[in-house]
Amino acid sequence: MTEPVSTLLDRMAEALRRHLSEQHIKDPALVGIHTGGVWVAEQLHRRLGLNEPLGKLDISFYRDDFSRMGMHPQVRPSSLPFAVDERHILLVDDVLFTGRTIRAAMNELFDYGRPASVMLAVLVERDGRELPVQAQVVGRHLKLRADEQVKLRGPDPLRLDIVKLEPAS
Amino acid sequence: MIDQDSPAKSRPAAGPLPPSLQFNAQGRLRHLLTIEGLSGALITEILDTAESFAGMNAQSVKKVPLLRGKTVMNLFFEASTRTRTTFELAAKRLSADVLNINISTSATVKGESLLDTLRNLQAMYVDMFVVRHADSGAAHFIARHVAPHVSVLNAGDGRHAHPTQALLDMFTIRRHKGDFTRLKVAIVGDILHSRVARSQIHALNLLNTGEVRVIGPKTLLPAYVEDLGVHVFHDIRAGLKDVDVIIMLRLQKERMESGLLPSEHEFFQLWGLTEERLALAAPNCIVMHPGPANRGVEIDSRVADGPQSVILEQVSNGIAVRMAVMSTIMGGSVNQGGSA
Repeated sequence: MTEPVSTLLDRMAEALRRHLSEQHIKDPALVGIHTGGVWVAEQLHRRLGLNEPLGKLDISFYRDDFSRMGMHPQVRPSSLPFAVDERHILLVDDVLFTGRTIRAAMNELFDYGRPASVMLAVLVERDGRELPVQAQVVGRHLKLRADEQVKLRGPDPLRLDIVKLEPAS
Repeated sequence: MIDQDSPAKSRPAAGPLPPSLQFNAQGRLRHLLTIEGLSGALITEILDTAESFAGMNAQSVKKVPLLRGKTVMNLFFEASTRTRTTFELAAKRLSADVLNINISTSATVKGESLLDTLRNLQAMYVDMFVVRHADSGAAHFIARHVAPHVSVLNAGDGRHAHPTQALLDMFTIRRHKGDFTRLKVAIVGDILHSRVARSQIHALNLLNTGEVRVIGPKTLLPAYVEDLGVHVFHDIRAGLKDVDVIIMLRLQKERMESGLLPSEHEFFQLWGLTEERLALAAPNCIVMHPGPANRGVEIDSRVADGPQSVILEQVSNGIAVRMAVMSTIMGGSVNQGGSA
C-alpha cells in the first residue's frame, strides 16, 4: 500500500470538515466501531479538535451471523458518553465491505435513542456491498480480489495490510 | 417425583456426572450443567461477555436481538423466585420468548413421567430448558434425553450444582476485587447441603484464587471437602481473619430437625456473621449471600444491610451473567461460515 494511513486520515478530516459545513452540522458526535473503527475515530477526533469524548460501539450483540458463528469471544462494553437523541452522529469504521457491520451498528445506536442524523466515515472502502450502505467520507477505495482481505493493524502506528484468506474448509 | 426411567433419584450427589456432556463435537459449550469441566479461560470469557451485557443498562431500549425467534422454557420442579425471575429477565432482554412451567403444580403430579413431559414440551419447538430440580443429576438426565438442537441450563439440582449462581458470584467478586490470585475467600455455613458452595469452590479454583476457606460445624461439612483444595476451619473467628470475601450460605431450617444442628439461636451464636466478627476480616472485605438470607440465623441484619454487603448487587449481576451464559450456549449452532 503506497500511502501511509496518516495521509488517508488527513484527507478524511479535510473531507469531513467540508461535509459538516455543507450540512450545517456544528457539533457531530463521533462513534467508533470496535476495534479498528475506534482507532480511526480517535485520530479523526484529534484532527477535528472535538472536545466531547468519543463513543464506542461493540456490535457483537447485534450481528446477523450470531446463530452461525456464535458469540465473539472478546466482546467489549459499548459506551456512549452522550445522549443520542437529536444528535448528528458520525459513525466511524476501518473497512466498509458488505455493509452488515454498519447495519448492526445502526440497530444498536437506535436502541440508545433517536439521532437527528447518522453519517458514515471509513478509512477503506471496497466493493462487495450486500446492503444499501454508503459512506459520506472515504479514506481510499481499494480493489481487492475475493480471496483478499484488508486489515487495519494498530493502534500505534496504524497500518493497513492486505492478507490472503485461507480457503474455506 | 421422577419416574422409573430416571437415574436421577437413585444417583447420590457424590456420583461423578460426566462434564463432557456439556460440550459438542466442536468443543463449544452446548449445555451448562456444572462448573466442573469448564476452563478458567471459558469462565473469564463468560464474565467478560456479562460485563458488556451489564453495560446495556445505559440503553433506553434494554434489549438485544441475539435470541430473537428462540424459545426458552423455565422448567422449575422446585420453588424459586430470584433465580427464575432473573433467568426470565435475561432471556427476555435477549429477545427470546419465555415460558415458565411450574412442574410441582403440573403434569408430573398427574402421573406423567418426566420423559413424557419433556417430549411434550420439546414438541412445542423449545430451544432451551432452564431446569431447577430437587434431585442431584436431574439437569444431566434431561440433557442426555433432549433433541440435538436443544440446550439445557442447570438452575440448581439437589445438592450437586448451581453453576450460574457461582458465575454471578465470580462476576461480583471480580468487579470489587479484580485479580483472584491474591484473594482469600471464606465460605461459611452449611457446605454439606449446598450446591451453591460446591459450584463456587470449583469456580474459585479454576480462577486460581489465592486461598479458599470453608467454615462450619463438622456435621455440615462434606467428608472429602479438603480434596476440593480448600482450608477447613471449625472456628469462625480464626477462619474470617484477613479474608477479602465472605460468602454466607443459607441455613436450611429442615436440617435442624434432622439433628445435625442445635437451635437457630445457638447456630447464630456459633456461626452467625455479626459486625464484630466481620471486623476480623480485611478492611474492604465484601459480604455475599446467595439469598434468601435468614436474618438472625446465619447473618445479622446490620451486616446484611451494611456498607460491606453486596447481596443486592449479586441479584442485579445475575441478569447480565445469565444473559452471557445463554448467548454463549445458543450461538453458533449451525456450521461455521466466513463473513466480513
